[in-house]
Amino acid sequence: MANVTLRNVRKTYQGGFEAIKGVNVDVADGQFCVLVGPSGCGKSTLLRMVAGLETVTGGEIDIGGRVVNQIEPADRDIAMVFQNYALYPHMSVYNNMAYGLRNRGMAEAEVKTRVDEAARVLELGAMLERKPRQLSGGQRQRVAMGRAIVRQPKVFLFDEPLSNLDAKLRIAMRVEIRKLQRRLKTTSIYVTHDQLEAMTLADILVVMNGGQVEQVGNPLAIYEKPATTFVASFIGAPPMNLMSIGSDEIKSQLGGSATDAGILGIRPEDFVITDQTPAGGVALPLTVEAIERVGAETFIYGSRAQDAQRIAANPGELPPGEVIVRVPGTEAPAIGAKIRVAAVRTKLHLFSGDGRTRIEA
Amino acid sequence: MVEEEGFRRYIAHAILWIGIAIVAFPVYISVIASTQDNALIANGQMSLLPGGHFLETYYQTIFVGTSGSTREPVGNMMLNSLVMALAIAIGKIAISIISAYAIVYFRFPFRMPIFWIIFITLMLPVEVRIYPTYKIVADLHMLDSYAGLALPLIASATATLLFRQFFMTVPDELLEASRIDGAGPLRFFWDTLLPLSRTNMAALFVILFILGWNQYLWPLLITTRDDMQTIQVGIRKMITTTDALTEWPIVMATAVLAMLPPVFVVVVMQKLFVRGLVETEK
Repeated sequence: MANVTLRNVRKTYQGGFEAIKGVNVDVADGQFCVLVGPSGCGKSTLLRMVAGLETVTGGEIDIGGRVVNQIEPADRDIAMVFQNYALYPHMSVYNNMAYGLRNRGMAEAEVKTRVDEAARVLELGAMLERKPRQLSGGQRQRVAMGRAIVRQPKVFLFDEPLSNLDAKLRIAMRVEIRKLQRRLKTTSIYVTHDQLEAMTLADILVVMNGGQVEQVGNPLAIYEKPATTFVASFIGAPPMNLMSIGSDEIKSQLGGSATDAGILGIRPEDFVITDQTPAGGVALPLTVEAIERVGAETFIYGSRAQDAQRIAANPGELPPGEVIVRVPGTEAPAIGAKIRVAAVRTKLHLFSGDGRTRIEA
Repeated sequence: MVEEEGFRRYIAHAILWIGIAIVAFPVYISVIASTQDNALIANGQMSLLPGGHFLETYYQTIFVGTSGSTREPVGNMMLNSLVMALAIAIGKIAISIISAYAIVYFRFPFRMPIFWIIFITLMLPVEVRIYPTYKIVADLHMLDSYAGLALPLIASATATLLFRQFFMTVPDELLEASRIDGAGPLRFFWDTLLPLSRTNMAALFVILFILGWNQYLWPLLITTRDDMQTIQVGIRKMITTTDALTEWPIVMATAVLAMLPPVFVVVVMQKLFVRGLVETEK
């Protein structure tokens, strides 16, 4: 049991490329921390630095009150689950789990107790003598987790552990990982690029972009109050609609309070189709371009009458002038229809023109 | 069309049979000749059917040798060849796997230049560097010894390259998992890399054993004592006798005996080799 603290952690590669530009994160004892961000944002590098597989070029990594910058991975009291599982192909499931314990000189009786216990928890009892190649993807994933839990480490590190599984299994394993972590109460750091996985697993969510932390906090708090336009469009699917506020109808509807703001964000689910304009809210006339019905909900892709200029290029961003509206059920207007959508004042997100600052109106 | 295809197939099979005959006939002749009487062979009256001297000839070949001046039991020659071939095959595998491990997994100064220097030695087989190699072995007083026979042939760029390529396909995560599991460099090598390289080692062993067994020039050069002779050199010496008739049955028996160990190695290791290719472990 331990807390993990990153203090101004930096990583600069030999060529001068700065992968991690000063990260501060504090994970309390027993918390499940998820690092999320697009590929290349440095989240895996950061995790590998915590594991000791990458050197730290600046700042401090503290595990359980001990700075571990110069300590070998084996001595950091961490266990890691890799994306491709990294099971030893020539060892049986039992030996895969027992290897790390034996290397530490643990008595064979104790090794057996621990492996059997892990096998029971992960329902691997019938497979202990098999080789990894005789297992399915989900079973290999369990063995990889078993290898981590037999060690009873201070911290679990997960590096996109579910991305090699199919969608159905991924959801099942996600729930399982969460349950396991709650039972063991082991501090965990989990890396993923899947925002849904991040939202569902995290006690504390760290959104990263370009080697920097964009926002840290409770997942729902981040969802409700994204600190930057990057976070706004990355967390939530489909992404938040972002519109620049020029000298157009949006500006006049927002009134004086929005003078500093350059960008307006509204989540697709916060729109309603209505002819009225709520007080202080925003109403937009749209032409329906496309409809996606997924059963429980319907997404309407509409274009605004006058195209707004393009906002900062973010992943998952819509083309300029396009707006997504989510409505429950399967009712939807026809393609080509003119509709009017509105969002109330409390559901509006205002950002500075560069998208780096949230403005509370 | 079907007729013609059938006809073509006969032609193809006929060509294959001719090929087999060309390869197999000399082997057949060797086996037959080794069972016949020397006088008949010398007179050019050799039969193509087995003669009656099988046990007698092979007993003399293995335990006594020819009656001429280079009298040395072939059993001893085979032992010398076996020791040399095993030392070369095992030594090459051991040295190569260790140097490949160093080149792939360690960051030390001049790592790549060293790799390229090893690589360049591919262009320098024993025959090319034979004088300096001989000089070194002679200065180290290793003439007429097993060490002298095997050591200069042990360094291998080919095997190093092969292991290097294989190690580069081993996922980095395995090394990282080992590090987290508390395995140091030696443990990782011994517990993970060696077991994974088993099939590669088996394949290399087949090739290198035959290469070592068939060495001719080097053993010819550095062995002067008859009891250090290898079988390949021995056969040659048996044929050119100045003072007596060549004892063809014994020469042929020696040739047959020289063929057996490589055949044995291929037959035994082939199964392991093929199984290794089918069951990929990575």
